[in-house]
Amino acid sequence: MSDATPAIAVSHLVKSYAGVPAVNDISFTLARGEILGFLGPNGAGKSTTMRILTGYLPATSGHVAVCGQPVATAPDAVKRLIGYMPENNPLPDDMRVSEYLYFRGRLKEIPRRKLGPRIDEVLELCDLKRVRHKIIGKLSKGFRQRVGIAEAILAEPPVIIMDEPTIGLDPHQILIVRDLIASLRGRMTVIISSHILPEIEVTCDRVLIINQGRVVAQGTPADLRREVLGRTRYQLEVAGDLTGLPILLGAIDPTLEAGERSEPGADGFVTLTLTAGHDTDLGEALLRTLASAGLRIRALSRAHPTLEDVFLAATRRSWDVKSDAIRQSASRS
Amino acid sequence: MKHFPTLLNHEVRMLLVNPSTYIAATAFLVFMGFIFTGILESYSRAPQETSPAHVFFQLFWLPVFFMVPLLTMKCLAEERRLGTIETLLTTPVTTTEVVLGKYSAAYLLYLTLWGSTGGFFWILHKFAGDARFLDTGPLLGGYLFIAVSGLLFIAVGVFASSLSRNQAVAGILGFTMLFALIIGLRFLDDAAWLERDVLQAVKATVEYAQIFQHYEDFTRGVVDTRQLLFYLSGTVLALIFSILGVEAKLLHS
Repeated sequence: MSDATPAIAVSHLVKSYAGVPAVNDISFTLARGEILGFLGPNGAGKSTTMRILTGYLPATSGHVAVCGQPVATAPDAVKRLIGYMPENNPLPDDMRVSEYLYFRGRLKEIPRRKLGPRIDEVLELCDLKRVRHKIIGKLSKGFRQRVGIAEAILAEPPVIIMDEPTIGLDPHQILIVRDLIASLRGRMTVIISSHILPEIEVTCDRVLIINQGRVVAQGTPADLRREVLGRTRYQLEVAGDLTGLPILLGAIDPTLEAGERSEPGADGFVTLTLTAGHDTDLGEALLRTLASAGLRIRALSRAHPTLEDVFLAATRRSWDVKSDAIRQSASRS
Repeated sequence: MKHFPTLLNHEVRMLLVNPSTYIAATAFLVFMGFIFTGILESYSRAPQETSPAHVFFQLFWLPVFFMVPLLTMKCLAEERRLGTIETLLTTPVTTTEVVLGKYSAAYLLYLTLWGSTGGFFWILHKFAGDARFLDTGPLLGGYLFIAVSGLLFIAVGVFASSLSRNQAVAGILGFTMLFALIIGLRFLDDAAWLERDVLQAVKATVEYAQIFQHYEDFTRGVVDTRQLLFYLSGTVLALIFSILGVEAKLLHS
């Protein structure tokens, strides 16, 4: 297999349930070894897209290929290339962890000889050694989740698809899972979906935000921040006469504007939010100009927009587009 | 069919570690034991025309109605309810292998349960010391009938299980289908409106599908290939429908 073919190529994918589109014309490609984060509100079509990628659900139209193998015509080949952990991580309750992994390994056609050492390796990797002889139904959520991940990476497939791997875990366990996913970087192509945005931000090379079955934004987390938000925010704690502030700000940068302003505190300091239309750092200029104008500055910080802001902005934008379209069609009729 | 042994092995193992298997087996044996003692009591009171084995197997429908839905209702419905069907079908196994694995495991358990009733006859033989009680013809014919008809009954149960994600619904559905198959066809055979000339073909078909008649033939030592074909083709049909049932549920889930 050459590295030239992308690990995953999705073009114009459409899936509708009884005429209602769940996924509407999604296209993206993913190079080998990359980690893609799939973001979207509930019902955006994340799970549906993942299920189509695994060949579990047929697509209504469009083309999906995993490592160059089309999912629709070569489902068996595709199933050998992926490790999949579905939403809510269903596991049989009445099996032991090692038994379950053995059974799954046999189904995934790992030779008996290699399976034993591989199970040990995976148990070690997912920190499951202590519970290997426990019954899955009696494990805590964190362990169950890790059993699911262990199962997904068991056969060392080139592509791993995990639907919300960190749902319901405590911060410590999230950290473990995050490290685990990061350790796969470069060796395996990983797609994860999540609601926990900082999670995606830390682990993923690329982010795909979908809403109502459409891709609303994609790129690296930094790209998205710039592209979707397109401006920088500063927070300033200042005391003094603020009437001349807009002129001062205009002199620093024409796009700089004062936003929300809090009530002055007992000591006379006001918290201000400033926004600039681009992302060059204006911190130094701000400090110098305001100080020379006789204002007393206590704190200045540049707000780092999180992926959460990007996500909210991107999904809101797509809602706006949609509601505009509805309004237009309503006014036309 | 590469994965069939793995799946069958897994299913049998799951049955063996599951307490409900043992509860069902005990209940079955207690129930059949009661029937058997009842039969022996009636024999001790007055001489009968047929052997105890004949009467015993004639009541095959009683355990079939209750045991088959109980054994099979879980197999596919449970997988779907837990969502494990999704992990199962995203490995390189086919739906056919999954359905056949479940079916074979349920059938093996069914055979084992019936096989264990052989103990009753052994005890009878041991204590009665009378060879007349153990008429090998009806005994072997009876067991052969159980094995052959079990193929179809279990397949019907598996099909019912493939239609629902709720075990109770699958169980009741399985019971209804078996009832229609065994008792319904018998009533249909007696129906007067089928006597008309136009319905001759229907009447012939219904007569051909009389499961009680098949039983009588088997115990008399008549193993008719047409009857074997009835059970085999019925089994294959029910299993194909189960596979379609699982896949159709995938399409609309």
